[in-house]
Amino acid sequence: MEKFTVLNGVVAPLDRANVDTDQIIPKQYLASIKRTGFGEGLFAEWRKDPGFVLNQPRYKGATILLGRKNFGCGSSREHAPWALMDYGFRSVIAPSFADIFFNNSFKNGLLPVVLSEAEVDRLFHQCNAFPGFRLVIDLERQTVESTDGALSMRFEVEPFRKYCLLNGLDEIGLTLRHTDEIRAFEARRRSQYPWYF
Amino acid sequence: MPQTLYDKLWDSHVVHVEEDGTALLYIDRHLVHEVTSAQAYEGLRAAGRKPWRVESVVATADHNTPTTNWEEGLAGVRDPFAKLQIETLDANIKHFGAKVYFPYLDKRQGIVHVIGPEQGATLPGMTVVCGDSHTSTHGAFACLAHGIGTSEVEHVLATQCLVTQKMKNMRINVDGPLARGVTAKDVVLAIIGRIGTAGGTGYAIEFAGSTIRSLSMEGRMTVCNMAIEAGARAGMVAVDEVTIEYLRGRKFAPSGALWDPAVAYWRTLKSDPGAKFDREVTLDAREIKPHVTWGTSPEMVVTVEDTVPDPDKEKDAQRREAMERALNYMGLAPRTPITHIAIDKVFIGSCTNSRIEDLRVAASVVKGRRVAKNVKLALVVPGSGLVKEQAEREGLDRVFREAGFEWREPGCSMCLGMNPDRLSAGERCASTSNRNFEGRQGPGGRTHLVSPAMAAAAAIEGHFVDIRRWT
Repeated sequence: MEKFTVLNGVVAPLDRANVDTDQIIPKQYLASIKRTGFGEGLFAEWRKDPGFVLNQPRYKGATILLGRKNFGCGSSREHAPWALMDYGFRSVIAPSFADIFFNNSFKNGLLPVVLSEAEVDRLFHQCNAFPGFRLVIDLERQTVESTDGALSMRFEVEPFRKYCLLNGLDEIGLTLRHTDEIRAFEARRRSQYPWYF
Repeated sequence: MPQTLYDKLWDSHVVHVEEDGTALLYIDRHLVHEVTSAQAYEGLRAAGRKPWRVESVVATADHNTPTTNWEEGLAGVRDPFAKLQIETLDANIKHFGAKVYFPYLDKRQGIVHVIGPEQGATLPGMTVVCGDSHTSTHGAFACLAHGIGTSEVEHVLATQCLVTQKMKNMRINVDGPLARGVTAKDVVLAIIGRIGTAGGTGYAIEFAGSTIRSLSMEGRMTVCNMAIEAGARAGMVAVDEVTIEYLRGRKFAPSGALWDPAVAYWRTLKSDPGAKFDREVTLDAREIKPHVTWGTSPEMVVTVEDTVPDPDKEKDAQRREAMERALNYMGLAPRTPITHIAIDKVFIGSCTNSRIEDLRVAASVVKGRRVAKNVKLALVVPGSGLVKEQAEREGLDRVFREAGFEWREPGCSMCLGMNPDRLSAGERCASTSNRNFEGRQGPGGRTHLVSPAMAAAAAIEGHFVDIRRWT
């Protein structure tokens, strides 16, 4: 998993509440043997409309998605964060997230940032008013700031999750911190019960 | 402190424990098949990681593979997605390696839970995992054997460990002799009927008692296979002389100087006298009759002497609703005698019942007879190429073909309606598999789980019959 330290990126505003995982990645895109390539299916139904926000040239290359409440509700498909990341997003900012999506995001290095409704409102105004609007998300300091410093907000994040993201540790990465112990166990087992190797 | 078999298997594999009891468990044997491994290998690639211990991996293609058209090679796989999965497994094993790989069309290919034990790749005292819930099968060898998900498959490949919590201990004792015609399949269906599909949830089940001891390894595998249908992720049987004799001389079993020390250790793999179990259940084998499931869960089961249950007799509203829904799906009227239920198809196969002893029993039932006119299709699918070869040496294939059965190539086949072997909507099947959920064998398909002998007899008569009366 890629480390997440400081993200400076263009913001794309998705002004809808209750964005569910079937919208994020429709099921016809799930029959894949890969974990990559789901970017094609991101918001596939909505993208059919030329007026859809992600089809606007000014949001091309956006790495931060701005959303409304209960983002990511619905199924547990890990394909949802995979699709968002494959498309290019590394963070989603919203007033609230659905639980499973929230967990799945951390597992895959996509940072979900929770801000208040009022703060999110303000960000939507700024984003719509200024083409090319960017934000700087600093995970270590737990801040979201505009590039001119005019806006500065703090967000909460669970310490262990923060640690994993800052260090690029996925579950496998976490277990591999015990590499020496695993090797030692294996060596003991191999000498005691060689028929298992 | 006296320990259970499960305690011993757990303790001997813990690498690290967190404060909250979450442990890293070392994995000895990792079985891999084509449906749950693709994204795990993709994840390894994406992270630039290699498998920790390639020698632990034994792989085969079984779920999505067709059981016909093998003479056409890969072109015989008509479903492009199945073909892709098979080719992807080929590529992954080629790239990452394995101790041994039995690809589609190989003579040793077969259902993953059949090939492991027959090759001696499943050994007592091992932790065994696979991206498949019927991994519990290997517990018959006093292994701690678990089904795992794709993310866990990737985790085991990368770290050789599983992150898991210890379960509670349950022992199910089955004592006494089994009546003629009553088999291991009936024993485990009786157990599930007794404790329910959630009865074993949170437990590792040890199957014990004189009846279990009297079963062959294949019979023990049938019982452990369905531990998961009782909710238990792991089921197991202690080591005894039957276990040791089965393993002697098998391809990947220890040999030469390693055999005696291995056997000496394996003999310790049983629960100590006085070991504490959180729950114990006892069944009298003499009371076990041939079983037939009637509903859409393995716990919806009765004996062949019974009738389809009547929801009106069920006081609990939720259970009554579930019964009504099941009866409606299965197209059965309450109080119908089981022996009056006619069938459309018969499937003898699956990781539960597709080994040589199962085929012998079924063949002895059908020898010299013909499949009933109302049975549209009767399949026999041997569990592996080795089982198929053995059966053909014994002439069993001729017995089945002359009786009107189709003799197929190995694979998971009609157990799960993923490859071309499926039920059509409304078709009723006597099946030796392990799940009768709605749509399991095909959308709208109606599954009745039975033993191989019962399935064979139903094929001949065209409806369920009491195998104990078969002549």
